[in-house]
Amino acid sequence: MNRIQIELSENKKLLSIYFTAGYPKLDDTVEILQQLEKSGVNMVEIGLPFSDPLADGPTIQESSQEALKNGMTTDLLFQQLKDVRATVSIPMIIMGYFNPVLQFGVENFCKKCAEVGIDGLILPDLPLAEFEEHYSEIFKKHGLINIFLITPQTSEERIRQIDSASEGFIYMVSSASVTGSSDGFGTVQENYFERIASLSLTNPQIVGFGINNSETFLQATKNTNGAIIGSAFIKMLSVKGLCGISEFIDSIRKV
Amino acid sequence: MNYNVNKKGYYGEFGGAYIPEMLYPNVEELRQNYLEVMAEESFQKEFRELLKDYVGRPTPLYFAKRLSEKYKTKIYLKREDLCHTGAHKINNTIGQILMAKRLGKTRIIAETGAGQHGVATATVCALMGLECIVFMGEIDIKRQAPNVARMKMLGAKVVPAISGSKTLKDATNETIRDWINNPVDTHYIIGSVVGPHPYPDMVARFQSVVSEEIKSQLNEKEGRENPDFVVACVGGGSNAAGAFYHYLDKPEVGIIAVEAAGKGIYSGESAATSALGKVGIIHGSKTLLMQTADGQITEPYSISAGLDYPGVGPMHANLFASGRGEFISITDDEAMQAGLELCKLEGIIPAIESSHALAIFETRKFKKDDVVVVNLSGRGDKDLETYIKHFNL
Repeated sequence: MNRIQIELSENKKLLSIYFTAGYPKLDDTVEILQQLEKSGVNMVEIGLPFSDPLADGPTIQESSQEALKNGMTTDLLFQQLKDVRATVSIPMIIMGYFNPVLQFGVENFCKKCAEVGIDGLILPDLPLAEFEEHYSEIFKKHGLINIFLITPQTSEERIRQIDSASEGFIYMVSSASVTGSSDGFGTVQENYFERIASLSLTNPQIVGFGINNSETFLQATKNTNGAIIGSAFIKMLSVKGLCGISEFIDSIRKV
Repeated sequence: MNYNVNKKGYYGEFGGAYIPEMLYPNVEELRQNYLEVMAEESFQKEFRELLKDYVGRPTPLYFAKRLSEKYKTKIYLKREDLCHTGAHKINNTIGQILMAKRLGKTRIIAETGAGQHGVATATVCALMGLECIVFMGEIDIKRQAPNVARMKMLGAKVVPAISGSKTLKDATNETIRDWINNPVDTHYIIGSVVGPHPYPDMVARFQSVVSEEIKSQLNEKEGRENPDFVVACVGGGSNAAGAFYHYLDKPEVGIIAVEAAGKGIYSGESAATSALGKVGIIHGSKTLLMQTADGQITEPYSISAGLDYPGVGPMHANLFASGRGEFISITDDEAMQAGLELCKLEGIIPAIESSHALAIFETRKFKKDDVVVVNLSGRGDKDLETYIKHFNL
């Protein structure tokens, strides 16, 4: 079993944190990972910065631009992560857009991921059909799990299709939005969370987009297996830097 | 070989729909319906009537006598500059607004660079009484004040794109984000043959009226439907797609695509995608695009805002890769000279985009009896300030 699957089999309400590699400073990547693990985070998503992040709101876009300006590259990220498994044991996912992966070479990218101990990938603009036709074998060969997204607009038929193509978890986008744009969950989201729960899918679900405090974390995890925080964490980093990490995580977990 | 889109949405290896799941329902709805809707008799009737009575089609195919004499070949100009709003862009926005209405959409969004597509979209939204929001880079808003005013007069809301480089590609990103945030009632009118399938094909079909008309007009004038060459400038490539469309599978017709070399192909300030681009993903499509070795999309440059795009549509990427199309790059200076020359020889002030297509005659030689059709995609009124500056008029 992959670390993601093990974690999900043991933990029913996991907290996952997204951060952009190379932000706030170029060499912060490993220290952020270590601190997140120490603070009790269960899983991390390392954002590979991209110049044109379509599915992201201003917070993640700005952090990506900053990271690129700092000099972050795909090569450098793998160098930084070379020895990370000596000190970090929680599941690690790389989240990014498909073009940088394509330029690196999908096979080469997957090989490097396996070498440094990455467990899965989230590539929002790599569609299901393309993945299955061209890349699923490569992912499998390197022990990588590919995570697919669903949204409130995704039809049940397609959710079932995605469920059968998934092997880690399903990333539930909380609302029709880009990252970082929701303030609180209303009945619309709660109905959506319940509707998905009632489908009894094979894969666990983890909610992302719009989770920014303990309240939204609780709401998001009531009917699911966990939640992902990205923009709110990056906002905190931009203000307090790395020394704000444990306090931030405590504030999410306080209840 | 077939140079049109295949069932999976690809032109050769280019195209597809590389979109986040958030956009899947919108794009899928369009994909499932566009061909059927376009084939409806009532759709075709309304589309054709508006092109005739509102846009002013057919646009003339004009034999440019003095230009032909100078370059010792037979040059015809397809006068898209005479379309309502001053460019071919409106062929597509008329088509897409009718599509949006039939899909029950009430809110229209669009991206714009120089503002031409924004104006064409605002125009059809006014015509149909639909809400219109146009995203435009903050820098472009400052550079293109008259077009911003036009859009506002037409009732559109112009939203500045303040992310990234604050130009066309960022305006496109912002428009896509808006669509993600408004997945049910909104239609995105993409302005070129770019974006996820079915957009490149749908836009090409709406623009194909250009080559449809060239065929019958040339038949009248020359007794044959096929020219020896058809020439068009390519940014994203919508006017070129329209001009090439009915000739794609006619090998006897040479296809010439003209890209903007800016200050020189290798100057670092260029938009010559076929020369500088590599295969990658931009705005939902696998195509040729200008990018760093690390896969970050780079900022293009051209004096012409309409050619200032870091990619080309997948149809054109395939025309290039397959060798079906001949690709030529033209610098800012060459284009400006060609624009001024058309003014002096034919009394037509062309858009700087179109001037790039006209500029090839200086270097690309044709036979005396070759029939060369140049798509004059837009008029130059919008570019007066650039012409004034360039020539100290």
